Amino acid sequence: MRDLSLHLMDIIQNSITAKATRISILICGDRESDLLEIEVKDNGIGMENDFLKDVTNPFTTTRDTRKVGLGIPLLEASAKMASGGLEITSKKFIGTTVKASFKISHIDRLPLGDLAQTMESLIIARPDIEYDLTLDNKKERFNFNSSDIKRRLGEVPITHFEVIKWIGEYVNDGVKTIFGGILDEILS
Amino acid sequence: MKSLAELEEIRKRTLDQINLRTNNQDIRVVVGMATCGIAAGARPVMNAFVEELNKRNLSNVAVTMTGCIGMCKLEPIVEVIDKDGSKVTYVKMTAEKAARVVVEHIVNGRVCTEYTIAEADK
Repeated sequence: MRDLSLHLMDIIQNSITAKATRISILICGDRESDLLEIEVKDNGIGMENDFLKDVTNPFTTTRDTRKVGLGIPLLEASAKMASGGLEITSKKFIGTTVKASFKISHIDRLPLGDLAQTMESLIIARPDIEYDLTLDNKKERFNFNSSDIKRRLGEVPITHFEVIKWIGEYVNDGVKTIFGGILDEILS
Repeated sequence: MKSLAELEEIRKRTLDQINLRTNNQDIRVVVGMATCGIAAGARPVMNAFVEELNKRNLSNVAVTMTGCIGMCKLEPIVEVIDKDGSKVTYVKMTAEKAARVVVEHIVNGRVCTEYTIAEADK
């Protein structure tokens, strides 16, 4: 994966496959502790303990087209490459939380990438799911909640192109406000 | 800075169009979005489809995503499914190819043969 926004999209696909109806994403960048954390929390069907224990193994997968699943192993590799790590907790029928951490200043840390495009694609593909995105730099917070947007829109569908475009720009503004000067990278 | 108040404007502006549009989405564009697809660049392909469809005001096309289609080396894969259920599978897609598929296949009804899976197998 080229950047963290693609990893995020990939991990959220797992939540969607697990029949989640609500997915919360928290991205927290703290300049002081030099730590970037990305957490995806869903209310999907969760995993059995046996499956969870071995979930970072590429040969542990639920898909039936092939015997390998690389989503989680790749994310773990990206996190470890930047002196971070991956933590997964899950409860059957309650949901799953995936948390990846990265050392912000590490030369191998992947850039954040186009977070706005990830949100746009997710909403276009599965508008029925509630997405909650929080960006945090330990001083300021930015929040985007798709249910809140839907409420404001009334009968206009959230997938309407103008709305999608607005969401992209709104998320982009949030990324710039919260992570400008913190992630030391060009934010699209 | 974007504000939530702008949504209200969008709502007012788009409400009239929505009533005019029919809800018949008779063509489906399905983009493969598993790890393999995303890593190969499926996200910009999907966004290109949405953008191009909107540019041409085609409201009868639904863009959705699916998991691994099973041929990871040919990703990004896009399936275009007509209203009669016939399916064309495009492989190794890019944003530029997506724009062409919209014009040629979806608007004019001519399949872009050179991008299809049958061509890739040759």
